[in-house]
Amino acid sequence: MLNQVKWDMNLNELSIREALKGLKEKEFSCEELVQACLARIKAVDNKIKAFITVCDKEALAEAEKADELIKSDPQIFEKKPLLGIPMAIKDNFCTKGIKTTASSKVLENYLPVYDATVVKKLKEAGAIILGKTNMDAWAHGSSTETSDFFTTRNPWDLSRLPGGSSGGSAAAVAADMTIFAIGSETAGSIRQPAAWCGVTGFKPTYGRVSRYGVIAMCSSTDSPGPITKTVEDAALILKNLAGKDKHDATSVDRKVPDFKLKDFNIKNLKIGVPQQYFLKDMDKEVIDQIKQQIQFFEKLGAKIISVNLVNPKYSVAVYTVIQRSEVSSNLARYDGIRYGQQRTSFGTEAKRRIMLGTYTLSAGYYDQYYLKAQKARTLIIKDFEQVFKKVDILVSATAPTPALELGAWEKSPMFGELMDILVEASSLAGLPGISLPCGFTKNGLPIGMQIIGPQFSEELLLKTGDFYQEVTNWYKRKPSLSS
Amino acid sequence: MINKNNKLTKEQVMHIAKLANLSLNSEEISKFEKQLSDILGYIEILDELDTTKVKPTLQVTGLENIFKDDEVEKSLTQDESLSGTKNKHNGYFKVKSIF
Repeated sequence: MLNQVKWDMNLNELSIREALKGLKEKEFSCEELVQACLARIKAVDNKIKAFITVCDKEALAEAEKADELIKSDPQIFEKKPLLGIPMAIKDNFCTKGIKTTASSKVLENYLPVYDATVVKKLKEAGAIILGKTNMDAWAHGSSTETSDFFTTRNPWDLSRLPGGSSGGSAAAVAADMTIFAIGSETAGSIRQPAAWCGVTGFKPTYGRVSRYGVIAMCSSTDSPGPITKTVEDAALILKNLAGKDKHDATSVDRKVPDFKLKDFNIKNLKIGVPQQYFLKDMDKEVIDQIKQQIQFFEKLGAKIISVNLVNPKYSVAVYTVIQRSEVSSNLARYDGIRYGQQRTSFGTEAKRRIMLGTYTLSAGYYDQYYLKAQKARTLIIKDFEQVFKKVDILVSATAPTPALELGAWEKSPMFGELMDILVEASSLAGLPGISLPCGFTKNGLPIGMQIIGPQFSEELLLKTGDFYQEVTNWYKRKPSLSS
Repeated sequence: MINKNNKLTKEQVMHIAKLANLSLNSEEISKFEKQLSDILGYIEILDELDTTKVKPTLQVTGLENIFKDDEVEKSLTQDESLSGTKNKHNGYFKVKSIF
């Protein structure tokens, strides 16, 4: 499939920054913006299937209200910095009155009676919910194939997967069905689908963004975050999401910086390249493209330093034990009594993860599995701390391959964890990471590059990413989808 | 030390299913016997890491003792709380009898 550079200015193709500019300068109305997104969803989502629920009537009603506010209050954008911007939300975020399923039959008719903090904040900032996006059921996966409802397709090649578990959100952004989306990452679930779909995905430091109202997967690593068309947009969303939440005891009480971009000099940057993140069986085109980007950074003045990290194969084992243990605990609450279906409605992947996690936490096995994994986790954390004494950021490929074809999930009972081999360590350590489009394969599939930093270094990651998007054009390319 | 005998027996799989309150059919039980054993086999590599003097990390940002003020706040109404199910009676959730 040929993927051409698209320069049409259909409203649904705008970034947040462009859409806000247009709304403020009254070039178009909110209603027109929302209509453009809904029209695009109607035109292509039957092929991509990114959405589980589309809230067209509600979105248009909110657009009308937004247009009223823009007309009547010249200061409104200072009070509501995202006013009128349509968004797609991964279906594991509770949205009051809107079906929230986590792509599982267990919750197929669940109507939350409250909004997740992330949703509440975005609504208060004026953003408009277009709908809820498909995901791997309970976020258990890296392809969106384990959704109990249907599989989402990659807009760049409909025979391929969008990645996961935030596959629906990433596909919706890539196909311009929305201006931005919200995803969540336990280990890779924002970064990897962003890489496979050629968009920008940002996983904040653990605790930076409240998890209240997010259907829990692995409580010690889950991190909500934005999936956007540009780094600039990601910074804008993060600013509105971050902050301590009294409803989430693991959210961090730390001043939220302005995430101001632009004030950045690449010549001061020390980039670490972890040798262990060039895996033996990685896709060769991915390796070559990443090496090219590193050389590019060096030409621009950054200092490139080769570093060593604990072999990622250990993080796979650590993460598998910790994640599946916490999953078994978190999914114990679904008893079909207060809401939802019986536990017989769990899909295969969910059952498998619950089973393994129950075993690793059970009497007689807790010490040798869960406790051992949490000790190994300390080693991984200290490993990063050592490396960040020598370098400012780490750069590597986000995923070992570009988007795989449908059916990939069934090839291994640890498919998810193996796909996420390059992101698990940083997730276990609670580090922030961003995935950026950095090139394409010969077949036109997007390749993602990730930048990882120490805890709370979001501003540096965003500045570096934004700089990269000023000197490259990969992020501007769009898939060619016939409507 | 991870027990090298990682092959799960059918009885172990059934026991875990009982602990997890999951009902598995016989096909699932044999499928999981193999798959779970495979996963446990992979996890064995954790033994290669020396963690003898290492403390476990349970909270990556170092938070401890995060409290909320013990104040009554607005919360869900009884109707909202009961809205997720048809199995209710006089403001209570209905469950299977346990006695």
